[in-house]
Amino acid sequence: MSRNQTTVVVTGLGATTPLGGDVPSTWSALLAGRSGVRPLDWEGVEELPVRFAAQLAVEPTEVMPKHRLRRLDRNEAIALIAAHEAWQHAGYAFGDRAGGTVDGDRLGVVISSGIGGLHTALNSYDVYREKGWQRVSPFTVPMLMPNGASGLVGIEFGAMAGSHALVSACASSAEAIGYAVDMIRSGRADVVIAGGTEACIHPLQMASFGSMRALSTRNEEPARASRPYDKNRDGFVLGEGAAVLILESEEHARARGAEIHGIASGCGYSGDAYDIVQPDPSGTGQSKAMRRALADAGLTAEDIVHVNAHGTSTPLGDVAELASIKAALGEEAAAKLCVTATKSMTGHLLGGAGALESLITVLTLRERLVPPTINVDDLDDAVDLDIVRGEPRELPDEPIAALNNSFGFGGHNVSVAFQRAV
Amino acid sequence: MPAATEQEILAGLGEIVEEIVGIPAGEVTPDKNFIDDLDIDSLSMVEIAVAAQDRFGVEIPDDELRNLKTVKDVIDYVQGLTGATKA
Repeated sequence: MSRNQTTVVVTGLGATTPLGGDVPSTWSALLAGRSGVRPLDWEGVEELPVRFAAQLAVEPTEVMPKHRLRRLDRNEAIALIAAHEAWQHAGYAFGDRAGGTVDGDRLGVVISSGIGGLHTALNSYDVYREKGWQRVSPFTVPMLMPNGASGLVGIEFGAMAGSHALVSACASSAEAIGYAVDMIRSGRADVVIAGGTEACIHPLQMASFGSMRALSTRNEEPARASRPYDKNRDGFVLGEGAAVLILESEEHARARGAEIHGIASGCGYSGDAYDIVQPDPSGTGQSKAMRRALADAGLTAEDIVHVNAHGTSTPLGDVAELASIKAALGEEAAAKLCVTATKSMTGHLLGGAGALESLITVLTLRERLVPPTINVDDLDDAVDLDIVRGEPRELPDEPIAALNNSFGFGGHNVSVAFQRAV
Repeated sequence: MPAATEQEILAGLGEIVEEIVGIPAGEVTPDKNFIDDLDIDSLSMVEIAVAAQDRFGVEIPDDELRNLKTVKDVIDYVQGLTGATKA
């Protein structure tokens, strides 16, 4: 870790999730082992194979004026809500674009969405078919484009160093964190608003993920449906939400006396080059991403005390990832660390997952508490790593590090390394 | 549809503007310019025009929309097409 490179620190956190409308409520629900999965109350829901999801705990209408929401897709609205919380948490004032805080030319944005404005696209198509093109909202395009959230956050905070939206399905916002780290290291920005957002809980998604047999069909017990590492897991649970981290060069953060919540140490990537939806069963791609994250962070396998796993509750994916962790870090180091899969509580936020789990990893290291994986009633025999279950696990009071894994359809593997700030 | 009075059109327009861009209906007075005074952008004007067409039962072609710069322009345009009398 003594490399001659800019250190990137985390100075602000913001989120709106199925567990809470902000970071404190989300974190306390995670520690309490609460599920954010609930039945869907849609008309016609009985036609669907899956009738539950992890919907937001706090609707955007509760925190944003109606006229503003009219021209924002749901994924954009929640990205803005999370960005405001993170910005404020970092000690910045809204509207305070320059004047001793951040120079707009030194402020960047990287906000990803895996799917983009699905609700807008489908609703606008309904309007077109029922009422004609003249009634289609002129805001349809900026609401459905997947870079909409990134653009809007950039406008909101006056970010002129660059505004980006990396798309790689369920790895999208882990890539966003990695790209933001690189923006700061390469000197393109001092501060980056980085994160991910997703809001595509829609009958079409329930049908299309359902037709892949990718979703859990535990309709009788929604809160028990997301159960990574349990013998009876049967698929993931679709979730929605947004999470944003304020990343900053250590020099910039220290100069303004900001509180440092963690270190974004590095990021590793790989492509499976195997199948468009199935992960490579050999796990080599996933292992490469983790090893590259360690190399990029200047860490060794022995530094890693914890992994926030991709762990989506699919029969094959969960145990394959554990094998990849062992292959990447070695049997000895892997046997000492503990793993959790917070999707058991939040559901799978797709393009928002990497950022939310990065945020959770930062809090885990800062608080030295690993949230449990819930619903593991009967541990899968194939699981041979230490899974945190039941109660939160305390981590040692040392300079510790952790990995957050995110893997996406398309064969995108991303692992982000974080260290506890000391 | 019975012809709307100037006051009715003004009130209706105020409601539409408040709904679409969040400016209080009371600020929508005849002398206001949509762009310069109410800070409404061109895409929002398209939305307002569509809502006004539905509400007042008139067509506002794109060419015509460009000429409707103030609240009074819209009131006059709607009255011209619906043959309303001054209230």
